[in-house]
Amino acid sequence: MSIILDHVNHIYEEDTAMAFPALVDVNLVIPDGQFIGLIGHTGSGKSTLVQHLNGLIKPTSGSVYYNGADIHEDGYNKKELRSKVGLVFQYPEHQLFEIDVFSDVCFGPKNLGLEKKDVELRAYAALKQVGIADEYFYQSPFDLSGGQKRRVAIAGVLAMKPEVLILDEPTAGLDPKGRDEILEQIAKLRKETGMTVILVSHSMEDVAKYVDRIIVMNKGKIMYDDVPKEVFRHYKELEEVGLAAPQITYIMQELRARGLRVDTDITSVEEAKKAILQAMGR
Amino acid sequence: MLRDITLGQYYRTDSLIHRLDPRVKLVGTLVFIISLFVVDNFIGYIIAALLLVWVIKLSKVPFRFMVRGMKAIVFLLLIAVIFNLFLTPGEAVFTVWKIQITREGIYLAAFMAIRLVFLLMGSSVMTLTTTPNQLTDGLEKLLNPLKKLKVPVHEISMMMSIALRFIPILLEETDKIMKAQIARGADFESGNLIKKAKSLVPLLVPLFISAFRRANDLATAMEARCYRGGEHRTKMKPLIYQKNDRLAYAVLWGYLAVCIVVGRYAG
Repeated sequence: MSIILDHVNHIYEEDTAMAFPALVDVNLVIPDGQFIGLIGHTGSGKSTLVQHLNGLIKPTSGSVYYNGADIHEDGYNKKELRSKVGLVFQYPEHQLFEIDVFSDVCFGPKNLGLEKKDVELRAYAALKQVGIADEYFYQSPFDLSGGQKRRVAIAGVLAMKPEVLILDEPTAGLDPKGRDEILEQIAKLRKETGMTVILVSHSMEDVAKYVDRIIVMNKGKIMYDDVPKEVFRHYKELEEVGLAAPQITYIMQELRARGLRVDTDITSVEEAKKAILQAMGR
Repeated sequence: MLRDITLGQYYRTDSLIHRLDPRVKLVGTLVFIISLFVVDNFIGYIIAALLLVWVIKLSKVPFRFMVRGMKAIVFLLLIAVIFNLFLTPGEAVFTVWKIQITREGIYLAAFMAIRLVFLLMGSSVMTLTTTPNQLTDGLEKLLNPLKKLKVPVHEISMMMSIALRFIPILLEETDKIMKAQIARGADFESGNLIKKAKSLVPLLVPLFISAFRRANDLATAMEARCYRGGEHRTKMKPLIYQKNDRLAYAVLWGYLAVCIVVGRYAG
């Protein structure tokens, strides 16, 4: 059970002078349960790529398979696909529209045609999952803070009980505290439910700590697709395409260059601390 | 989805017509439209066609862009032609049962069709070669004398350019919100009229909120830059007539004179 992209190309405004290739021959296999970071500079095609995964856009050529079925085949149930592959857009709080938080989260499951009771149970569970307290349930979503609005919007997708959760820049525009909270919440969620999570970001720092696999996009192509340590080894090449490895990688590289025998594959501060202490013989 | 809709269909290239002062193009379009109604014989329309073809050639805009807008008026064109063709009294050319086609009817229908097509192509040349901002700039300058009558010309043109500027932004926003709601299982296509109207709520509420937010941001930004209307305001690119603009005016007035003469005395 997985998502497979087979030679997917996407060209915006094909057949005009403004034709722009957003995806170029993308091949991917996304197995169940993986935590993936999709990294790329602005305009590298990452948002276009994720919109292919739930059939919002159709590839110009190539195919997308979900659990073995071609999602653009006639008669394929796209609505069901979209409940299985939940996509949280960038600035998802801009899609809120209901009179209160709870009804807004109900919108997704209601569209699936569930019983009223099921809808409400799911909405309740989803709001709890993202850590929204009961007292906010009947407030207008527009009265909440930025970070809370975003959680509510994420709950709106979670309430559909997706098997794959895609988040497009979930931390954009949040302060460091809000960012850490959201990321921790996502990591926790994934641990609890075991669902596949794809985290789209332009910041390595954000994803390095959590994900099992990093896909780096550049100019519509997949540049690297590997475990974080392997990807960060290419930190010089990453810089050339406007990305950067986590800061700690730079420190370790610098220490190594100055003669301290430390492991340069380290991606987190805790690991670094251990490695430095070890290298200094304590 | 909605990306395909473009209003103010500017075609980006560099040509003599693109570089003309927008005022010349505005006046030119007006003169061209007037000329279409001054002449009522084929010689006049041939002259108009020659001018149009010449200007299109000069503008370097592919011809298919000119005809693209034609789809919108096909229906109007058909109605105008049919009514003129069948309902004009006069010398019958042929009669089928009670329906009669007259010589006058054929002429009128043909003229009407030519007028409509030329009118649309003439104004397409303007919108294809002038950015919306240039257009509002030109309009502001042209309407300047109205300021003496206390007409807020600058404010009107400012509002127009802001409105035009926001169309693509709001379209993009609509596209985004629509996709976000579709991702939450919304259905904008099926169902009867009431259900369809209802399904628009999840789209319209966020869209309005975002429009207000953007308007608010813009107002703040304008205020922060001490914007206070047209008084003593200078422009980065002031509109000044160049040699080519004067030449274009000469051609235009010459063309109008010929049209009037032809309209009066020929045919």
